[in-house]
Amino acid sequence: MSTPRAAAVGAVLATCAALAGPALAQLPSYGVGRPPTPEEIKAWDIAVGPDGAELPPGEGTAVSGKPVYDAKCAACHGATGREGPQDVLVGGQGSLATTKPLKTIGSYWPYATTIYDYVYRAMPFTQPESLTADEVYGVTAYLLYLNGIIGEQDVIDRRTLPRVQMPNRHGFVPDPRPERFPR
Amino acid sequence: MTNRAGDSGVGRRSSRRSFLARLTVGGGALAAGLAGPARAPAADPPAPADPTRELGQPVRPYGTRSRFETAVRVQARTPTTVAAWTFTPLQDSRGTITPSALHFERHHAGVPDIDPARHRLLIHGLVRRPVVLTLADLERLPAVSRIHMIECSGNGSTEWATPTMPDVQGTHGLTSCSEWTGVLLATLLEEVGVEPAGRWVLAEGGDAAAMTRSLPIDKCRADVLLAYGQNGEALRPEQGYPLRLVVPGWEGNTHVKWLRRLKVGAAPAQTREETAKYTDLLPDGTARQFTFVMEAKSVITFPSGGQRLPGPGRYELRGLAWSGRGAVRTVEVSTDGGRRWQAAELQAPVLPIAHTRFRLPWRWDGRDALLQSRCTDETGYVQPTLAELSAVRGLRSHYHQNAIQSWKVAADGRVSNVHA
Repeated sequence: MSTPRAAAVGAVLATCAALAGPALAQLPSYGVGRPPTPEEIKAWDIAVGPDGAELPPGEGTAVSGKPVYDAKCAACHGATGREGPQDVLVGGQGSLATTKPLKTIGSYWPYATTIYDYVYRAMPFTQPESLTADEVYGVTAYLLYLNGIIGEQDVIDRRTLPRVQMPNRHGFVPDPRPERFPR
Repeated sequence: MTNRAGDSGVGRRSSRRSFLARLTVGGGALAAGLAGPARAPAADPPAPADPTRELGQPVRPYGTRSRFETAVRVQARTPTTVAAWTFTPLQDSRGTITPSALHFERHHAGVPDIDPARHRLLIHGLVRRPVVLTLADLERLPAVSRIHMIECSGNGSTEWATPTMPDVQGTHGLTSCSEWTGVLLATLLEEVGVEPAGRWVLAEGGDAAAMTRSLPIDKCRADVLLAYGQNGEALRPEQGYPLRLVVPGWEGNTHVKWLRRLKVGAAPAQTREETAKYTDLLPDGTARQFTFVMEAKSVITFPSGGQRLPGPGRYELRGLAWSGRGAVRTVEVSTDGGRRWQAAELQAPVLPIAHTRFRLPWRWDGRDALLQSRCTDETGYVQPTLAELSAVRGLRSHYHQNAIQSWKVAADGRVSNVHA
């Protein structure tokens, strides 16, 4: 069990905090916490928003991404992204208003930056955060290409990815609840 | 989901078998725990015939329940056991608090094994004083304890088109209620100094999915909790040990577990969980986004699907009600499919955004009965019928299904899940 060790480390930390004194604490009222180093923030800040500000250097195309997809994604998502058994990633455009909606990257996802964010942080399922930036850009480009959103040779990088217009970009509405029900 | 419970006892039993067949249960034989009370497990050795004549067991450092208790979480059929969810056995619950060991689970990439001594929380972005905090740091800050339910917005998602799950564990078991202890996020935001442009907070988990959700800053300043305690002890690993968000009244996915990072930004990050998932598709093809609030809901837990009443006579109808908007004001119960309603008694104290126990005496005459409960919360919102809800949402919005639940009691006493 880690309890004794946790207590020991806690004691060391408490001692350090006492030696450092409250002047260095980031929470002024309580005298605790320390500022993060720029390296720490860089290592942790993997979230990529729609403006792409956090995107790393690197690039990829559908051509460079296909071998990565085939090796690391196809087993769960199918040879062309349509077969499963896990989430279907390709197709479904025009299906959302039917009785059999198919929610995929191409038919549903409003932002292309989300593909980069999610693939890097959570995929491949058993090896998250293992792909290089070039591999993630390549897989992202390949998925956009399979969905008919970009061309096979189009370069996806920190500059172009935020500019990709997703088909369902304007398909989302705010929460109107509480609702008035017809009674 | 292909498993549909029919009205007939035979159909119900056969679908029940297939339901059980696709459950993964920790204890194997404990699947029988779903079938109702009064099963004698094959206990070995048997309990003493007269416990007053035998010395009991010695004291022990950490307690466990009686070996005769069999209530367990059950897993929905998913391709893996790590991107998965389990349901709380509401039919076995007593009172309002969910035992930590039975709190429903939803993991996107398994339960991480986190050493609390090495765990850190980073708060950064549009703040004047970005900070790294240890758990010891967080425990130095003023603490609060709050009793709140957490409900997955997918609770009931199988029940839109047809009655699918055979019992209340399957229809409603993605809600649980605990006492949570920790630091108000408002306390930390005040300390780090949010820039005027900071309108959203991105919360990130320390699991293998590094799961992220964006939350509006106003909610974060209102009542969001960074919890390290659950029901009087540390969080369970399945509930986010050593640190999680509790976002009172909002969908369970926002209560980010294994919390490692909070980044203040000007806009939502549009993460996968708030775009591809946890958005509600409408019949016209548009989808609602950021549908955070879990609306008023109730369900009768006794009698409920899969149970069998031994015969006509006097019973106590029991159930749970809750609302993400505040306290439950009333729960009404019908035994005739919604024609007549009678107010149930609410167990005091009725706490806001918490499971509320209701009870009502009932004399069953031995004929077919259709049991329903309808909750009204302190805002005046009335739990809708499924027809009312689907008239607005259609049948494919998946999330936020809070319709009135119907249980049919047949003349033979068998209780089944029906749409009425």
